[in-house]
Amino acid sequence: MTARTRFCGGLLRISRALRTVALSLVTGCVFSVHASFGAVHGDNDTSHSSGHGTHTKTHNTTYPATRAFPVLTVNYDHVRKPFEISLWILLASLMKLGFHYIPRVSSVVPESCVLIVVGLLVGGLIRLLGETLPVLDTQLFFLCLLPPIILDAGYFLPTRPFTENLGTILVFAVVGTVWNSFFIGVVLYGVCQIEGEQLAAVDLLACLLFGSIASAVDPVAVLAVFEEIHINELLHILVFGESLLNDAVTVVLYHLFEEFASEGQVTVVDACLGMVCFFVVAFGGILVGTVFGLVAAVTSRFTAHSRVIEPLFVFLYSYMAYLSAEVFHLSGIMALIACGVVMRPYVEANISHKSYTTVKNVLKMWSSVSETLIFIFLGVSTVAGPHSWNWAFVIITIFLCLISRVMGVVGLTFIINKFRMVKLTGKDQFIVAYGGLRGAIAFSLAFLLPSDHFPMKNMFLTAIITLIFFTVFVQGMTIRPLVDLLAVKKKKQTKFTINEEIHSQFINHMLSGIENVCGHYGHHHWRDKLSRFNKYYVKKWLIAGERSQEPQLISFYNKLELKQALLVAESGSAANIGPGLSSAALLSAQSQKQRTVMKNISKEREEEIRKILRANLQKTRQRLHSYNRHTLVLEEEDEWSTVQLRRQRVELEKRMTHYLTVSASGWDSPPVRRARFQSVKSTWPNPVLQLAFLPSTWS
Amino acid sequence: MGTSQSVEMQQNFQDLAENTGFSLEQVRNLYKRFKYLAKDEDTLSKASFETISDLAENPIKNQIINAFFDKRNFGNYEKGTVSEISFEQFLTVMSFFRPLGQDVKQEDKEKIRREKLHFLFNMHDKDGSGTITLDEYRRVVEELVSSSGTTESETAKVIADAAMLEVMNVTMEEMGAHDGINFEDFFKILKGFELESRMHVRFLNMDTTTMNCRK
Repeated sequence: MTARTRFCGGLLRISRALRTVALSLVTGCVFSVHASFGAVHGDNDTSHSSGHGTHTKTHNTTYPATRAFPVLTVNYDHVRKPFEISLWILLASLMKLGFHYIPRVSSVVPESCVLIVVGLLVGGLIRLLGETLPVLDTQLFFLCLLPPIILDAGYFLPTRPFTENLGTILVFAVVGTVWNSFFIGVVLYGVCQIEGEQLAAVDLLACLLFGSIASAVDPVAVLAVFEEIHINELLHILVFGESLLNDAVTVVLYHLFEEFASEGQVTVVDACLGMVCFFVVAFGGILVGTVFGLVAAVTSRFTAHSRVIEPLFVFLYSYMAYLSAEVFHLSGIMALIACGVVMRPYVEANISHKSYTTVKNVLKMWSSVSETLIFIFLGVSTVAGPHSWNWAFVIITIFLCLISRVMGVVGLTFIINKFRMVKLTGKDQFIVAYGGLRGAIAFSLAFLLPSDHFPMKNMFLTAIITLIFFTVFVQGMTIRPLVDLLAVKKKKQTKFTINEEIHSQFINHMLSGIENVCGHYGHHHWRDKLSRFNKYYVKKWLIAGERSQEPQLISFYNKLELKQALLVAESGSAANIGPGLSSAALLSAQSQKQRTVMKNISKEREEEIRKILRANLQKTRQRLHSYNRHTLVLEEEDEWSTVQLRRQRVELEKRMTHYLTVSASGWDSPPVRRARFQSVKSTWPNPVLQLAFLPSTWS
Repeated sequence: MGTSQSVEMQQNFQDLAENTGFSLEQVRNLYKRFKYLAKDEDTLSKASFETISDLAENPIKNQIINAFFDKRNFGNYEKGTVSEISFEQFLTVMSFFRPLGQDVKQEDKEKIRREKLHFLFNMHDKDGSGTITLDEYRRVVEELVSSSGTTESETAKVIADAAMLEVMNVTMEEMGAHDGINFEDFFKILKGFELESRMHVRFLNMDTTTMNCRK
């Protein structure tokens, strides 16, 4: 019997896999057909219109055979461009869907790999049909596809670990990238000279430029892979932060070498100016972002009467920050990140609950689609792009990238560990080095190279593509088993407990107090000063109403309560009795103990509990951290109407008194109710609120 | 200030460094700071802490100051408070904030963690009874919340209540038995909290220039 079920299961899986493959091929076919259709119809249409022109011209002279009134016409050219764009996005989304229906694949292969393969397939299909392939247009990439991903990352950036590790991240991003570029460039040049023949034409500057392109760790690729492996927060923020911040370095180096290569000679002054340029690019980008972020915060203060367009401000201001930075060739990525980080606390305090949800969902959706499109286009462009394969160059490139990354990480960690409290172990260093994936940014930068100055552009392009494939496929696929093998600490399931929050704040205050006693202006001292400045001056301007006065602990508590309330609402109203029933036996013992505990609540406390619920359930603001793209943390019931709340509260007060006066042993609740109670309890640590929300109206 | 006295002080510092785990240089810097705060006397009183201007803005200032004068933190298992502390006691309290060294074994980490948690516990448990009662916890939360200036004592009580019930939930014991949190419960609820790596001050970079020891 089991063999048969297994067989059926296998058959089912195969059929599902086939279905998805078929789906992708069909969509690919549709694409190519439309491409050709469009081409054909373009001609048809022009001939049609010219025919029409002659028709009218000859109208006066002769009365030609009347064409019947066209009931149904086809005019594809009219909608061609939007249609194709939508079709591509549809393909990307369908791929995302299909990916999760192939169970074994999704646990072994990261999504990015599958998407690149799909891109390859589609590209191959289009080429087979002899059509022109859409190439990853750099303008499209940098202006449309990249910003949503970066904004999503920046807006939901976990600021605490980021600022704590900022020094380390900066060192990795700046020094590490510079080291990588120069190492790869110089050694590659040496190798090219030794190799001779066609490689001898590659001069030093071209090699350095290639080095700078190849050395940039790509945020898109890192996000795509790291989000699936759930490593601990520290490593995640290190690699991810580095990939974001090295944009400034990459921009500067790229433009620097490009300028030098076109000019032909470098002077010391130029090199110094290059360094100055780096600071200008980085800080200029941050400044632009901060300005736009503050403006967005001020704007959000006045949106009380038009809640519907609140999310629009968030997106528009951020995008404007990005574009403004790009105008001056500043680092657009850093501007975007700065804008998101600055804007977030104030905007969130001002905008409505629904707008907050909208912002979050739209950002996740956009960035998800963007990422998918990028990878698919990468695959398609691989099939398209003019290639010039050179074994030695490519192999040496990959080899050098690996070596330089490892050397860079190890060397820098050695220096950094002298200044860090929590030292980076060997395992950490390995993950940081191994997680340095390259992606579409490198490809686009290589694509942007003007081929007149760089005759070996095709060779570069091929090498970059191979490098990207190598890092994404080999490193991306193997990092997950390696993480398990090395037993790297995974992400803790953070349960927000009030005690931890209280003590977190307590310790912060205590540490800054101790620092004051020592007279030492340390980390905590500045952090304290910043938060005080924030509270007294900035918040008054940027947050509307009385919310500017609310201390953090209280807002945290409200958030926690609301989250728990909504959790119960969801679990109760969704009537998930199933899991509860099965684990009923397991939980019954635990719940017995719980009940004895709760029996001892004195009358006064019961009264207090009721007052808590009455008072605090009115405040409805919810802020949750949802950094992972693939799982929007569950939440978002519709807003509770106060009437419903009041009704339920009356009900539950009745139940609570009844419950508390019945002895535990004599409790003889119907199995359904107990199961539901337990299913509620299993999702909820707080016994008080569990009591409160014994589902009454939902049974 | 003859050489004999400085030699004696040197020996003293050596002993202190070994006992508390600070380096000799750090001990010397802290001594200079101690002297500055005490205005060249040999003991510190509570009044001298009041002179630190930055500390005035701290919401838990009083608890921090009291922690320095709490005998329980001196490692002697005594109770009660003193009104003046010597440099050795000052250093002992400071040693709770030493960062973890690089190669610290797991058992040592546990021990250090317990010590730091005990320090925190003592800060909450003002009357020295060995348990944190609901009232004491409430006061803690109130002080934290009071920094905003608005009188949110009602909500503060509420938060403290919820926190206490959370403790109950975690420890699964009869609340009525000891009407408060004892150290073991405290240890359990803060299990997920990486105290040993968060509760530290960077004595590493301190020297007299940054320590504001100028007369």
